[in-house]
Amino acid sequence: MTTAALAVDNARAWRARRLFRRFASRPPAVVGLVGVILVVLIAIFAPLISPYDPAHGDYNHVFLAPFSAGHVLGTDDLGRDVLSRILQGSRSSLSAGLAATLLAAVVGVSFGLLAGYYRGPLDTIIMRATDVMLAFPFLVLAVGLAAILGPSLNNAILALAISSVPGYVRITRAEVLGLREQDYVQAAIVNGAPDRVILFRHILRNCVSPLVVQASITIPTMIIGEAALSFLGIGVQPPTASWGIMLSSAQGYISQAPWYALIPGVAIAITALSFNLLGDGLRDILDPRATK
Amino acid sequence: MSENVLEVRQLKKYFSLPRSSGGTVHAVDGVDLTIGQGEVVGLVGESGSGKSTVGKCIVRLLEPTEGTIRLQGRDITTASRRQLRGVRTEMQMVFQDPYSTLNPRMTIGDIVAEPLQLHKLARGRELDTKVAGLLDKVGLASHLRHRYPHELSGGQRQRAGLARSLSVEPSLLVADEPVSALDVSVQAAVLNLLMDLQRDMGFSCLFIGHDLATVEFLCDRVAVMYLGRIVEEVNTTDLFRAPKHPYTQSLLSAAVVPDPKLQRTRQRIVLQGDIPSPINPPTGCTFHTRCPVAQIPLCSDTSPALTDVTGRSHFASCHLITADGTAPDVTHSQTTENAWSKN
Repeated sequence: MTTAALAVDNARAWRARRLFRRFASRPPAVVGLVGVILVVLIAIFAPLISPYDPAHGDYNHVFLAPFSAGHVLGTDDLGRDVLSRILQGSRSSLSAGLAATLLAAVVGVSFGLLAGYYRGPLDTIIMRATDVMLAFPFLVLAVGLAAILGPSLNNAILALAISSVPGYVRITRAEVLGLREQDYVQAAIVNGAPDRVILFRHILRNCVSPLVVQASITIPTMIIGEAALSFLGIGVQPPTASWGIMLSSAQGYISQAPWYALIPGVAIAITALSFNLLGDGLRDILDPRATK
Repeated sequence: MSENVLEVRQLKKYFSLPRSSGGTVHAVDGVDLTIGQGEVVGLVGESGSGKSTVGKCIVRLLEPTEGTIRLQGRDITTASRRQLRGVRTEMQMVFQDPYSTLNPRMTIGDIVAEPLQLHKLARGRELDTKVAGLLDKVGLASHLRHRYPHELSGGQRQRAGLARSLSVEPSLLVADEPVSALDVSVQAAVLNLLMDLQRDMGFSCLFIGHDLATVEFLCDRVAVMYLGRIVEEVNTTDLFRAPKHPYTQSLLSAAVVPDPKLQRTRQRIVLQGDIPSPINPPTGCTFHTRCPVAQIPLCSDTSPALTDVTGRSHFASCHLITADGTAPDVTHSQTTENAWSKN
């Protein structure tokens, strides 16, 4: 390896180390990252670490309180192990949160870039369409779409994603409008850079901070949205466990077995909070201008 | 001297205002400009005179409304973006604001390397060497190539911007007030650098500015713009020694002289009012509304042509310049004006 290449590698490593240090010096972000990693690991290994089959009922042991023998988090109205169901439920929550956010971001950012960079009639059409969608409250739109698409996890994800596209379009467009007037974008045009280079290298890269913030807000919203749709019976279908379904079946027994409602609620809250904390931390370290 | 690097003929750029307010901004209204091989031409004027618009039209960041632009004999006025791509290595631009001229998410090395990569002029180790060479040429330490723009000072950023522009070895550099956002001490350093680079690399340069001292220092020839038109154009020495147009005379009298004693005693011509709106420019000579020596109705009726007033390529557009090249004496008339305004 030449010395020049070595210097480049060193600089890259140095920059990565600095990013890591900046991240590590933010305790809330680290807590968020640990929480997210934990939830992801749980979702991946749910079938391996579940003590019971989450769909298997035992009618002799319904509503066992938490910390009963053999059932750490107790059992539900059908005698199913709550811990096993929480573990399984993390899969639908997480896949809904991540997949819906990714889908919404990809679609929304693309439309936002097009509208903001090319302006003209295209901009008008895209922005009026998002205005129409924004006229409906997020959850109402998602419920309506999910009802039309039919109940299933995939359709719930699609409905949630579509409902949050307008947010991404607006944020991206607003950023692009400001960035396209920057001298470095003008310089790229003078250099004959093709639109794709200008859009991705010079504009999109500088939109990253607000988009990461937006994603850190939408992931927990999606997780809660998935729970809401499942709660209403138009998301994940029984007997598959989902935190939303657990909440919905727990509401009938809220006075006899309050823990049954509390446990999935806490699971949703912790997951949502972890993503929020991680998002805040990422926003801070992703901006090269931000100083500690 | 071979053919001219840049020839601009009757360049016009009008901006239409939104229908509600109506009207058209005559930002540039018929500008002729020629830049020879290795020549540095200054374009000066106050804010709103259209000097930046001329620069942006030349590099085709703005579409000219009328006129032709020839770069090394090639008409690029209506070339499409695709056609322009081949010409882009021939002309480059340096921007005014050191804080927005560099992409904050790219390292200095990547920024300087970008034009070379876009035009596939170098890659791999060759690119590395070229970037290192360019940084060295503009006086930036080699370790700065891994730094981000926000870690650099204003002067360093302008140097990096210069390195980016010169990486493709253009034949024309349009510098749009490259130093006016910098500290005076840094200005001097960047100007010296620009001058040295120009001498070494031999590119032609259109230097847009409002600071007469920097223009005098750097340029071979100066064009003075007022309200979208060039009112006087001549070599730098003659412009500063014997300005012909009343506007140029008052512009020069407003510039600060380094000698405080001289500065205190010398006579200044203070123009009355603001530059008129380019939406509705005055009839005839656009300067007649503020000209201390204007002769109504001659100046307000017919627009003076830019003509060679001395026979030695000293172009000026004023009715009052006599055939033998004698310019109207603005200083004299201004004294009376001042006395009048005091009373």
